[in-house]
Amino acid sequence: MSTSLPRRAAVLGVVISLGALTACAKDEPAAKDDGTGPVSVKASDSGCDLSRRDVKSGTSTFSVSNGGSKITEFYVYAEGDRVMGEVENIGPGLKRDLIVELPTGKYQAVCKPGMVGDGIRGDLTVTGDAPAQVDEDALLKQATESYQRYINSQVVALEQQTTEFTTAVKAGDLAKAKALFPVARTYYERVEPVAESFGDLDPKIDARVNDVEPGTEWTGFHRIEQGLWVGNTTKGMEKYADQLLTDVKTLVAKAKIVKLTPLQLANGAKELLDEVATGKITGEEDRYSHTDLWDFQANVEGSQAAVQALRPALQTRDTALVTQLDTNFKAVFAAVDKYREGDGFKSYNLTEAEKKALSQVVDGLAEPVSKVAGVIAKK
Amino acid sequence: MTERKGISRRGLFGAAGAAVATGVAGYAAHSALASEPSQAADNTGPVEFHGPHQAGITTPVQDRLHFAAFDVTTTSRDDLIALLKEWSAAAALLTAGRDIGQYGAVNGPDEAPPEDTGEAVGLPPARLTITVGFGPSLFDKRFGLAAKRPKALVDLPHFIGDDLDPTRSYGDIAVQACSDDPQVAVHAIRNLARIGFGRVAVRYSQLGFGRTSSTSRAQSTPRNLFGFKDGTANLKLEDADKLEQQVWVQPEDGPDWMVGGSYLVSRRIRMNIEIWDRTSLGEQEGIIGRGKGTGAPLGKADEFDVIDFNAKQADGEPKIPADSHVRLAHPQFNNGAELLRRGYNFVDGSDGLGRLDAGLFFLAYQRDPRKQFIPIQNQLAKSDTMNEYIHHVGSAIFACPPGVTPGTYWGEKLFT
Ligand SMILES: [Cu+2]
Repeated sequence: MSTSLPRRAAVLGVVISLGALTACAKDEPAAKDDGTGPVSVKASDSGCDLSRRDVKSGTSTFSVSNGGSKITEFYVYAEGDRVMGEVENIGPGLKRDLIVELPTGKYQAVCKPGMVGDGIRGDLTVTGDAPAQVDEDALLKQATESYQRYINSQVVALEQQTTEFTTAVKAGDLAKAKALFPVARTYYERVEPVAESFGDLDPKIDARVNDVEPGTEWTGFHRIEQGLWVGNTTKGMEKYADQLLTDVKTLVAKAKIVKLTPLQLANGAKELLDEVATGKITGEEDRYSHTDLWDFQANVEGSQAAVQALRPALQTRDTALVTQLDTNFKAVFAAVDKYREGDGFKSYNLTEAEKKALSQVVDGLAEPVSKVAGVIAKK
Repeated sequence: MTERKGISRRGLFGAAGAAVATGVAGYAAHSALASEPSQAADNTGPVEFHGPHQAGITTPVQDRLHFAAFDVTTTSRDDLIALLKEWSAAAALLTAGRDIGQYGAVNGPDEAPPEDTGEAVGLPPARLTITVGFGPSLFDKRFGLAAKRPKALVDLPHFIGDDLDPTRSYGDIAVQACSDDPQVAVHAIRNLARIGFGRVAVRYSQLGFGRTSSTSRAQSTPRNLFGFKDGTANLKLEDADKLEQQVWVQPEDGPDWMVGGSYLVSRRIRMNIEIWDRTSLGEQEGIIGRGKGTGAPLGKADEFDVIDFNAKQADGEPKIPADSHVRLAHPQFNNGAELLRRGYNFVDGSDGLGRLDAGLFFLAYQRDPRKQFIPIQNQLAKSDTMNEYIHHVGSAIFACPPGVTPGTYWGEKLFT
């Protein structure tokens, strides 16, 4: 979390609406394949095979089965890695569906075994009637809907991964708990501005030791982190595990019905990069586990998801900014990619020069991202 | 080369050759200075060192700061007393714009290092003030002062978000040197540190520039590094009654040795400058609760317009947001508690990551930190939206004794 909390609430000014969002994953797709039926996706640790790469415009279903040994994710990206739809957290042997509305155009279908990196990419072409002209208001509305679908998918995965993490803690499986800690946090960090908008929940879930109000018990991810890495044991962490899962479930329920404005998306994207610049670059966030690079990557991904949701609207207003954002997001991801190790990242014991290099690319990205809100606000 | 002799600063002010030695002799001898005409009206001139209160608290804030916190390294009470006597004597000379020592910077024997380090030769006094305070750690077992520790000199509690670096925090003795010329302030701290070698050691020091508040109505309101006017509603030296209520320790407060003194809280507040600069104007103003251009409370036109915390926007939200800095820090929401702030901007170059190592070296004087700084800061640490853009990395509290009268030394009553 960042130093203190309430600004998020003020900035995001979250309005809870009971109009729930359309779920993006459903079961039981039709099985036939005449060009209109579901596309079956065979995901493995090294492959991402689609039964076909042409679909008709309108609603498409992707039936993703994970035959690999790692948790995977499946995305349909529009230009600039704008998320059109995704399913998260597909465990080995599991099958999940993505139902997504795709206008005519060129897309990419992407599997992300291990949930990290650029993923395994392939083209996806959507043909049919030329897309109807949409006005700017409609573009902005699409942006918020698209981002809300993203939030929804992330928090569902957050709850699942937190369940696994806390189960490992309670089962006394230290190695597994340590392995799952950064994974569960990934989903939290991607949607952090939304999470932080719920007043007390963020401090309960994500406070660092120095952020704790005197007289309040320190709970959440970082409390358990200290137990696992400093204490090198799961003992004594059981009650924090229970509390964390309870708090995450409350958060998930609230996040699913959050309503955001385009401006809040833009500000959220900026705030995620602020998080990187203040907490992650310095290594303060995960000071015991040194898994900061996972959070770093997740913050940037979350920022990108918010910015790219706004992309069609931005494109009509400031093409140059869109180009710059694309370039600078790529630069940041390339910089973090240097520190990949296995399915995750190296421990955050970087030299000052390495930290500085990261800091520079983040600054380079944060500057154009900070301009997005102004462009969106301009009528 | 004999002409170097005689260019000492005292020459500038016509006080010829009044040789003043360091040490106890000097401490007795300098009292002659008190009768010299004050040049305080000239804003390069000296500020009177002696008086019922220490200078440098309500003195109209100078433009520059050199602040140092010292650890006492001697364990001898007598050494400590001797040091305070020597410091008081030196401070009287320094603030008068004179070299220290018998021979000053350039009149001594060739074979000896100069008594005064010399970098202020030729510079005016530049309104130098030197203010001393004693930290809680001075009241441990070493000097037999435990029983004399004021109740108000509490150890500051942990505030939410505090990220304190012990090497930039605490200290047995603080020396605040303020001046309109940075070289004059640096000269003062450097020479006091030099006098103290072997008895005290510098724990940390901080240079500041661009006063971030006004302590007099004659001063315009300066801007902090967030680009906002700072100190609009600060306590001012013209508010004599308020100063008695909020700044000076009163006889009923005790202990005796602190009456007429004040408590200083210093905080090194690092600003996330680059991130602030990427924040929209509207959000910046909402965080502060004032307009960036005018300094006026949101919804008002002029800097000094009375803040209306009840004013609402069309959508029913308060014009001054509930978590804005001005609201949370305002006496109306702090049981009437106020502070006399005289903090400074600082930029210590950049950190290793290429970001400005910059912020506010916050200095606040008050009658009782338990009723003033601590509750105000607790409220800010909890709710202030500005916390997203700052973090507190250094912290200290000091009991600043009353002023030095001729023939006495800083904190004399504490030791007698
Ligand atoms: Cu955080």
